[in-house]
Amino acid sequence: MSAILDFIGVEFIVALVKAIVVFAALLLTTILVVWFERKVIADMQSRVGPSRWGPWGLMQTLADGIKLFFKEDFRPQGADKWAYALAPVLAMVPAILGFAVVPVGGVLGFGDTRVGLVGSDLNVGILYFLAMGSINVYGIVLAGWASGSKYPLLGGIRSTAQLISYETSLGLSLVPIALVAGSLSTVQIVQAQAGTVGNVTFFDGIPVLEQVSSLFRFIPNWFIWSQWPAFAIFFISGIAETNRAPFDLPEAESELVAGYHTEYSGIRFALFFLGEYVHVVVISAMAVTLFFGGWDGPIFPFLSWLWPLIWFTLKTIAFVYLFVWLRATMPRLRYDRLMWLGWKRLIPGALLWIMVTAVVNTAGIDRGVRLAVFGALFLLVLGFVIRGDPRQKTAVSPQRRVSSGAA
Amino acid sequence: MIALIVFGAVFVFALGCSIAMLFAKNAVHTALFLVGSQVALAVAFLLQGAHFVAAVQIIIYAGAIMVLFLFVVMLLGVDRSEVLVEPLPAQRQVALGLGTLLAAGITYIALTSVDLIGADRTQALAAINRDPGNVLAVARTLFSRYLLGFEATSVLLVTAIVGVMVLARRVDSVTSLSASTPSSEEREVA
Repeated sequence: MSAILDFIGVEFIVALVKAIVVFAALLLTTILVVWFERKVIADMQSRVGPSRWGPWGLMQTLADGIKLFFKEDFRPQGADKWAYALAPVLAMVPAILGFAVVPVGGVLGFGDTRVGLVGSDLNVGILYFLAMGSINVYGIVLAGWASGSKYPLLGGIRSTAQLISYETSLGLSLVPIALVAGSLSTVQIVQAQAGTVGNVTFFDGIPVLEQVSSLFRFIPNWFIWSQWPAFAIFFISGIAETNRAPFDLPEAESELVAGYHTEYSGIRFALFFLGEYVHVVVISAMAVTLFFGGWDGPIFPFLSWLWPLIWFTLKTIAFVYLFVWLRATMPRLRYDRLMWLGWKRLIPGALLWIMVTAVVNTAGIDRGVRLAVFGALFLLVLGFVIRGDPRQKTAVSPQRRVSSGAA
Repeated sequence: MIALIVFGAVFVFALGCSIAMLFAKNAVHTALFLVGSQVALAVAFLLQGAHFVAAVQIIIYAGAIMVLFLFVVMLLGVDRSEVLVEPLPAQRQVALGLGTLLAAGITYIALTSVDLIGADRTQALAAINRDPGNVLAVARTLFSRYLLGFEATSVLLVTAIVGVMVLARRVDSVTSLSASTPSSEEREVA
């Protein structure tokens, strides 16, 4: 036994166990998230939602999954055989792989072995996450093309344009985080957010507000306070990357039947479905890791190893809820509005914010000044982003219509 | 040991993809094989301890450039039969000659400098990865020793982007989108 252990190494076994645990946990989470979404949506629409099998209809997703497994696996005549089979896999696997760099807890000790509760602490963790996101595009693009059918092709082309556009702003929104944390490793980013904001001398000398300063000693030192704009850009781009409402144009039912996965059925469709929900979980977990302190939270003496996991899970659930909430409330964007938002608001906004962070984050600037500048510029960027589309005001003005009619 | 097995698998996969890329009839399949080969190369970089290069390889080549290629191929339609008339005369002969020259060069380097990926170099790389970290080490080299080349490349890329924008520019501005004159639909080269 020890000979085999020496041959492959303890590290390999630890990595293998981690991989299996993450995979199993993500699949289980997906089942729960699908149920969660249906329940929350039902609640928001004054319905009951799944209620037949299991307590609160908890087993409904499992039933749906079994149904999908046994359905006929249909392939259209004009489909490209290999690309058609490859597409669902490419839609799901990178989404799962993306979770490998998400730290879900601190370091556990098993005897002499120390095991970090993260798939892999890569020193290029953020870049790895982006790389997996960029591979994910292939699943949708190929599905659209390989189906050999009109609507999937339209959905595929739409999604390519959308994903390329929003990948740019997603990547740019993570640059300020790397600047502030001084690292690309997700584990070190979480460590950089440990503790509280601490003493802020900003309000000193002002009678009432002086009391406010002491409050800062209880506020956790998460990046969300200074990096709010980066978070907004990250989350909006993240929703667009997962193809969910209000950015679900690639699969707009009312226009494209079901978009890129129109021709897919059975287990292959299930893979697309799984990929989308895993992606939602990964984007939520990444938002928690980068902006909300990851597993950071109060740790109580009993079961001290469990608390980080609990805080991480609760924060992630909050973001998954946000995803569902958005789906229930926001109407789908028009295509040109989508492109306008991506290229004319998010990307310039992200570039501006990188510049601001780089300047303000320079060593030698007082922390109070830094906070003030961050606050003021945050309002500026916010105003710039939400100012609206000037074209909307000019393009359909009645005055213009009259003049063109006269001509 | 594990590294050796992975290296073997990556090697076979990358080579297989590259050969299949040459012989694939369908343009989309060709692009896919190229992606496969690039991803395999990224894994090979990872094995060497070059984490940053591996991530950038996937993000830029597999993620951005090849998606754009696929997009263009999909938009232009791949059902078109290939043009068998070669626009450049003696293209094959020249390519064969240059290819042989390249292969000879690579063989010469491989034969003369056996220690190209020797133990001391990989250990040196591992030490660098431990101490300042891979990203820091790349950044320090890039922004000190190779700064001029780096900046020159970015100027080149910006020039290309500006060129594309000039060539693809529509003359009509955003405000005249609602105007129904047919000339506004025309694309003009500035």
